[in-house]
Parts: sequence; C-alpha cells; structure tokens
Amino acid sequence: MDENKTVPMIQAKDLTVGYGDVVVLENLNFSIERGEVFVIIGGSGCGKSTILKHLIGLYEPMKGDILIKGESIVKADWEEKRRLMKSFGVLYQAGALFSALTIAENIALPMEEYTKYSEKEIMQHVNEKLKLVGLQGAGPKMPSELSGGMKKRAALARAMALDPEILFFDEPSTSLDPVTAAMLDRLILDLRDRLGTTMVIVTHDLDSIYAISDRVIMLDKEAKTIVARGKPSELRKSNPPPAVKEFLERAGLSRKMD
Amino acid sequence: MSISLFMSENKDKVGENGASGKFELHEPQIRPAVEYVGETSIHLWKDSINILAIIGEIAEAVWYAMKNPRKVRWRETLYYMDVCGADALPISCMICFLMGLILGFQASLQMHKFGTDLYVADLVGLSVVKELGPMMVAMICAGRAGSAFAAEISTMKVSEEIDAMVTMGFQPSRFLIIPKLLALVMVMPVLTIFGNVVGIIGGMTVGVYSLGIPIITYFNRTALIVTPRFFTEGLIKSAVFAVLIAAVGCLRGFEAKNDTHGVGAAATSAVVSGIFLVIIADTLMTYLFSRF
Ligand SMILES: Nc1ncnc2c1ncn2[C@@H]1O[C@H](COP(=O)(O)OP(=O)(O)O)[C@@H](O)[C@H]1O
Ligand SMILES: [Mg+2]
Repeated sequence: MDENKTVPMIQAKDLTVGYGDVVVLENLNFSIERGEVFVIIGGSGCGKSTILKHLIGLYEPMKGDILIKGESIVKADWEEKRRLMKSFGVLYQAGALFSALTIAENIALPMEEYTKYSEKEIMQHVNEKLKLVGLQGAGPKMPSELSGGMKKRAALARAMALDPEILFFDEPSTSLDPVTAAMLDRLILDLRDRLGTTMVIVTHDLDSIYAISDRVIMLDKEAKTIVARGKPSELRKSNPPPAVKEFLERAGLSRKMD
Repeated sequence: MSISLFMSENKDKVGENGASGKFELHEPQIRPAVEYVGETSIHLWKDSINILAIIGEIAEAVWYAMKNPRKVRWRETLYYMDVCGADALPISCMICFLMGLILGFQASLQMHKFGTDLYVADLVGLSVVKELGPMMVAMICAGRAGSAFAAEISTMKVSEEIDAMVTMGFQPSRFLIIPKLLALVMVMPVLTIFGNVVGIIGGMTVGVYSLGIPIITYFNRTALIVTPRFFTEGLIKSAVFAVLIAAVGCLRGFEAKNDTHGVGAAATSAVVSGIFLVIIADTLMTYLFSRF
C-alpha cells in the first residue's frame, strides 16, 4: 500500500516523441500523481495529442520511457499493455464512437469484454453512465444521429464504463456549449473526489484550466519541450515567458468579457 | 505487434516525404530519374514486406479464431457476407453471363470455320470454370469489397476509432480483419459457382441459337469436359483470391494517411493492388495446377 502511494501514477522519463525522423517534442520529464487533475496546454500542432497517445501506449516513443504505476508501458508486450490499458479511459478528440454500434452498445462493449456482468447488469450500468453525462434515453441511437457535443458526452460515458483509474481527455470542451463544458468540469472534479480518478486533460479552454487543474504543463512548438509548469495561479504570478503569459492572460480577457 | 507494424509504416512514409522534399529544379534530369527508380523499388520492396507481414498477422488471427470460435464476431461476419455476397450476386451473374456469351460468340466464329462447332462447349466450359468465373468474380469483389474494406478501416483510423479499439484492449486485426476475411472467403466461391453456371449458359445461348447445337448435346458435352477436378480448381482459386483481396483491402486501410485524402487513396490503392495480386496468384496457381 505504502509503495503504491509513493509511486506516481504516470511518469515520463526523458521522453522524446515524433513521427518518422521528425521530432515533435523532446526530453520531457514529468510525473502525474494519483488523484491529480493534470492539464496539458499549448498552441495547436505543438504535440498535445501526440504526447497523450504515447502516454496511453498507442505509439512507441523515439527515446525515453513511460511508467504507469511504476511499470513501463513502452516495453510491455501486448498482454501487459492490455492489462494496463484496462485501467484507462480515453476520451478522444472527435469522440471515436464506433459508428457501426448504437450508443448503448458502444458503452457496453468494454463491459462485455472485461467484466462478468449479466446482460441486465450491463444495461443498468450503461443507463447509469448515460445519466451521468446527461444523455438519458440516447442509448438506442446511432452515433451519426447525435450532435458533436452529444457524441463527446457519449464517448465520455464509454470512457467511464469500467470506472477507470486514469481518465485521459483530448480537448474535451471543444464542440461543447458553455453549459455542457461547465457540467463536464463539475463531473471531472466530482469523479476525482468520489473515486480518486487521476485525470490527464489536454485543453484549450482557459476557464476550465483555472477551474479544475491541480497542475499544468505548457508545451511549445518551437522549443519542442515544456516551457512552463506548475499550478495555474502560480504560473501567472511568477514571471512566465512571454508566450505563456500571453496564453494565460487571454484567460483573464475572456473572463472580463463574460 | 499489430500496432507497431502499422506505426512503422507511417513513419516510413513521413521519412520518404521528408527526403523527397530536397529535390532542386536545377539538378540534372538524370538524378531525379535514378532516384525515382530507386525510391519506387524501395517502396515496392517495403510494400511486399508489409503484405507478407499482414498475411502473417492474419494467419495468427485466423489461428486464434479457430481456437476461440466464440470470440469471432459472427454477427458482423454475416453482415459482410450479405454486403459482399448477396448484394454482389446480380452484377456477378450479369458479367459472367455476358463473358460466356462473348466467349461463345468468338469461339463459334473460329470453330465454325473448321466444322468443329461442338468444341465451343469445351472452350467456353473450361475457360469459364478454370479462369473466367473465378477471375471475373474476383474483379468485382476487388472493386466492391476490397475498396469498401479499405475505406471503412481508413475512416475508422481518421476518426480515431482504431485507437479507441486498441485502448479498449481489442486487437484491430482480430476485430476488424477476421469478419471481413471470413465473409469474403465463404462468399466468393459461392459467387463463383453461380458465375460458372451462368457463364456456361451464356456460351450455350450462342451454341444453341447461333450454331444450332441441340441443348442436350451442348449440355452433355459440357458435363463431359468440365470434370469435378477443374471445377474444384476454380473454387480453390476463388478462395485464394478472396484472402488476397480482403488482406490487401484491410492493409491499405490500416496504412492510410490520417486524413480524408487518405481514405480515397486507400480505396483506390486497394482495388489496384487487389487486381494485381489476383492476377499474379492466378498465374502461379494455373502453373501449379497444370503440374499436378
Ligand atoms: N500521424 C502523423 N504522422 C505524422 N505527423 C503527425 C501525425 N499526427 C500529427 N503529426 C504532426 O505532429 C505535430 C503535433 O500534432 P498533434 O499532436 O496532433 O498536435 P496538437 O497539439 O494540436 O494535438 C503536428 O505538427 C502534426 O503535423
Ligand atoms: Mg490534438
């Protein structure tokens, strides 16, 4: 137990990621603690999605290592990876619902694969998750029948299907209306408080950075690395590099306009 | 394993694009030509390796499916059987009938000169059963099923559905390829049987109406010449074609570039490679069958 507490949930060591010979980000070092809401920000194209996909074990890094609860997901074989991935829930940028299945079937799929629930229990859980994201009754619909924001919420329900230990979000509030985005923020905090879920969030939404994040790292396309890190409030107070300052001050701007 | 295979493919592509960006307009023409040949050969070589790799992976997935038949997604298999089989039946029959008709007509012109009208039945029967039936069905399926598989998988790649599948612990090869492959392997020989019968009827039409051969005579001659062995050869070919078309369709889908452009390119490439592979395999098998 004690050991579990000291080992970070996720740890990136000298991580260099990219495609082919093209390096996108290099020599990243950071760790994410259990129960933390960890936010990754940065301009578009700076490699946020790339780093997220490496953390969940989809891509192999060019250099360095990623440890999930102390176990390397880089060196893991398929069976080990599968075991690690079972504790992940991922909300992809575009939702990534399986378009051939209904919403309910989408959410039921991981439960069918990993749990011994009966069909009735699965239906019960599916409805519960749908209610959590405010999509009661959307179960029998096909993904193509939902709006962008509804798809995203359905995808969130699927990501939560197995009550994962770590939830990854790729730009969760993009294509959500402000009310739903705020609901999502509350949901994230509630899950963290209730289940101790660790959250790794890639976002542009400055309001939600201030509202929910425990710690932020900011990536930069030119520097190809982490240009700022810390609590969001501290980031602004300490003397940040101009790019960071600009990014964070736009937050103030959008709030004044509210 | 599967993931890393598809990934390395992507990386190669990025590397190549990066390298080709170096060309200067003022370079002598000969350099780019040589480089073009070189790059194309490298590309062909990598492509062959990828096709072998995916066939290996498919073999593994098929082996897994045989050990765990309950894990095969039968509902989807049935769906693909419907789409690739039942829906392709009218067009397959139509084309095979016309091929039989054309073949019969061409043959009748030549055979009539020598007064060996009845040999039209031999020529049409054997050509259709050994070559044209399996081949025409393969062409149609490469155009319909192969491109559809590639488009479907590459769309799933663009919309991150494949990523989602992997993080949910499903191996895309098992989940996506097996139902398509099984469906096509079960359905194409059946289509071929229909195609064969209809093709022979096409030849018979010409024989009866143009050459005046009695139906029963034509029928008996065909039944005598087209032995079960030849018929089986055609069906074996058809099953092999099915594996190739499904495999290359899925491969092209998985290695597609991550954008909408990639989807179209993948579908086109699936058809072209599918037809190419089918013809290569046909050559090999025709040679092999003639030896035994
Ligand atoms: N599959 C890919 N192959 C090659 N390059 C890619 C691929 N995906 C993304 N990139 C490149 O990597 C960089 C980072 O992309 P991404 O991680 O998607 O950025 P974002 O921060 O907007 O999520 C971009 O320059 C993009 O062009
Ligand atoms: Mg992104």
